[in-house]
Amino acid sequence: MEIVMSILAGTLFAAGVYLLLQKQLLKIVLGTALLSHGAHLFILTMGKLNRGAPPILEKGITEYTDPLPQALILTSIVISFGVTSFLLVLAYRTYQSNKTDMMDQLRGTDDE
Amino acid sequence: MMSNLVFLPIFIPLFVGALLVFFNKKHQLTMKISYLTVILNLGVSIYLSYYVFKNNPLILETGGWKAPYGIILVADKLSVIMILSVNVIALAAVIFASSSVTSKMVQHYFYPLFFLLIAGVSGAFLTGDLFNLFVFFEVLLMASYGLIIIGGSKQQFRESVKYILLNLFSSILFVTTVAFLYSVTGTVNMAQLGERVAEVEQQGVLTGIAILLFVVFATKGALFPLYFWLPKSYIVPSPVVSALFGALLTKVGVYSMLRVYTLIFSHKLELTHSFFIWVASITMLIGVIGALSTSNVKLIIAYNIMPAIGFMLLGIGTFSAESLAGTIYYLVHDMAIKAALFFLAGLLVWHAGTSNLNKMGGYIKTSPLLGWMFFIAALVLAGIPPFSGFIGKYLLLRGAFDEEHYFAAGIGLLSSLLILFSVIRIFIGAFWGEVKEEPKEKVRRSGLAASGFLIAISIVLGVGAEWFYPYIQSAADSLIDPQIYIDFVLKE
Repeated sequence: MEIVMSILAGTLFAAGVYLLLQKQLLKIVLGTALLSHGAHLFILTMGKLNRGAPPILEKGITEYTDPLPQALILTSIVISFGVTSFLLVLAYRTYQSNKTDMMDQLRGTDDE
Repeated sequence: MMSNLVFLPIFIPLFVGALLVFFNKKHQLTMKISYLTVILNLGVSIYLSYYVFKNNPLILETGGWKAPYGIILVADKLSVIMILSVNVIALAAVIFASSSVTSKMVQHYFYPLFFLLIAGVSGAFLTGDLFNLFVFFEVLLMASYGLIIIGGSKQQFRESVKYILLNLFSSILFVTTVAFLYSVTGTVNMAQLGERVAEVEQQGVLTGIAILLFVVFATKGALFPLYFWLPKSYIVPSPVVSALFGALLTKVGVYSMLRVYTLIFSHKLELTHSFFIWVASITMLIGVIGALSTSNVKLIIAYNIMPAIGFMLLGIGTFSAESLAGTIYYLVHDMAIKAALFFLAGLLVWHAGTSNLNKMGGYIKTSPLLGWMFFIAALVLAGIPPFSGFIGKYLLLRGAFDEEHYFAAGIGLLSSLLILFSVIRIFIGAFWGEVKEEPKEKVRRSGLAASGFLIAISIVLGVGAEWFYPYIQSAADSLIDPQIYIDFVLKE
C-alpha cells in the first residue's frame, strides 16, 4: 500500500512541476495546488499506513496508528488552502492590472 | 512560571496584530498602539535576554507535554540575541512608518500584517521543533505576502507573484523534507533529531535530506543559484516594508541554517559544510556584480543583501567556534544596517523623486544630514573599522583563514571592496556635484530618526565590541557543542 501511495504522490509531484513550468498564471496556481496535495499524501505515507486502529496508545494496546502525521497534514492542508485562495485572488488582480496572465510578459525592467 | 516568558515575544505582536484589524480606519490610534506595543515587546525581550544570559536557557513545553512529545519553545542564547535584534528593528520600523505609512496603507492593514510578521519571525527564532519552524515560516510568509502588495501598483503585482510562487514552492519542499526526516528518525523535535542523527552518524539518506533542507533554506535566504526572485521583489513595496524584508526575512533562512547545520546535520562536514563554502563564495560574487550592474538606488541596496548572506554562510561552512561567533555578529549587524540602508534609500528616492542614480546629484546641499548618514551607513556596510561590519567580517575571515579556506576568504575580501564601491557610488552620484533636478519633497524627520537610531546601534556594536563579544562568543560556543542543547531540552 505504501508503494502505491508513494507512486501516487510522485505522480502528483510530476504533474505539479509540469504545470508550474507553464506560462499561464492559472496553470501555475493549479500546479502549486497539485504539489501540495502530493506533499500531504507523502506525509501520510511516511507515517506508515495502518488501518482500522484509533490513534490512541494505552497500556495493553498493540495496534494503533501514528497520530503525528495526521496532525501535521491537518496543519499543512489549512496553510495550503489559505495560500492557494490568496494566490488565486492575486493572480486575478495581476491579470487585471498588467493586462496579461502570461509569465513571459510579466517580466523586465520598466518605466519606473 | 518563568518559562511562560518565552511565549511573550510571539504572543504580544500576535495579539496586537489581531486586535488592530478592527481599527484599520483609525490611523492615529493604531500608530499609538503600535508604538506602545513595540516598546513593550522590546522591554520583554531585553528582560528575556538578561534572564537567559544571567541564569540559564528557558524552555516552554506547551500544554505540559514533556520535551520530545509536545511542541516546545526554547529560548537559548542564540534565540534571545535574535529576538532582541528583531525587536530593535521593529521599533525603528514603527518610527519610520509613523510618517511614511499613509492612511490608505493603514486601511489596508499595514500594522496588523507588520505585527504578524514580527510574531512569525520571533516564533521561527524560538521554536524547538522542525515542523513548528515550518508553521512559523508560513506565518511570516503570509504576512509578507500581504505586505508586499499593499499599494497595489502594477509592478508590485508583477513581482509579488514571482516572490509568492517561489516561496510557496520552497514551503512545499520544506514539508516534504520534514516528512522524509520523520520517516527516517521518527521525530520532528530538533533536540531529539540531533540526538538520533548523531547516533547513526548521519548515514546515507540523512545527508541527502540535509541537502534537500539546504535547498529550502537557500531559497528563503536567497543564495546562489536561488536568489533571482529577491532583488526586484524587494524594491517594489514601500521602503518600510523593503527594510523589514531585507532585515528580517532572509535572516530567518540564515538562522535556520545556523540551527539545523550545527545541531542536527553536523557529522558529515566534508559533504555539507564544504559545499556551503563554495555556495557562499559564488553568492558573494554574484551579489556584488548585481549591485554594480544597476543604477537603480534601491536595487543596489537589495543586491547587497546577497553578499551579506554569503558571508554568514561562509561562517557556517567554516564551522569553528570563532567563525560561528562571526556569523552571529554579522547577522545582528546586518539586520540593523540593512534596515537603515533601505530606510535611507527610500528617503533619498522620495527626496529626488526618482530611483535612477543618473538623474540625481548635489543633494548634500539640500539635505546634508541624509548625505552624511548615508556615508556612515556605507562605511558600516563595507566593514570599515571601527564599525560593526568590521568586527563580524574580521571574525569570519580569521575563522576562514584558520581553517585554510583561503580562496573563499579572498573572495570575501574582494567582495567587501566591491560592496564599498557599489554603495559609495550612490553617495558620489546622489550627493556630490551640482543639483541636477530640484528635490521633490523635504526629507522626513522621523525617517532620519529611525535610520539614525539603527546607525547608532551599529556604531555601538562596533566600538563596544569588547563588551558584546563575550555574549556572542558564548552563544557560538553552545552552538559548536550540540550536546548542551540536547541535554537541556531532553533533560538527561
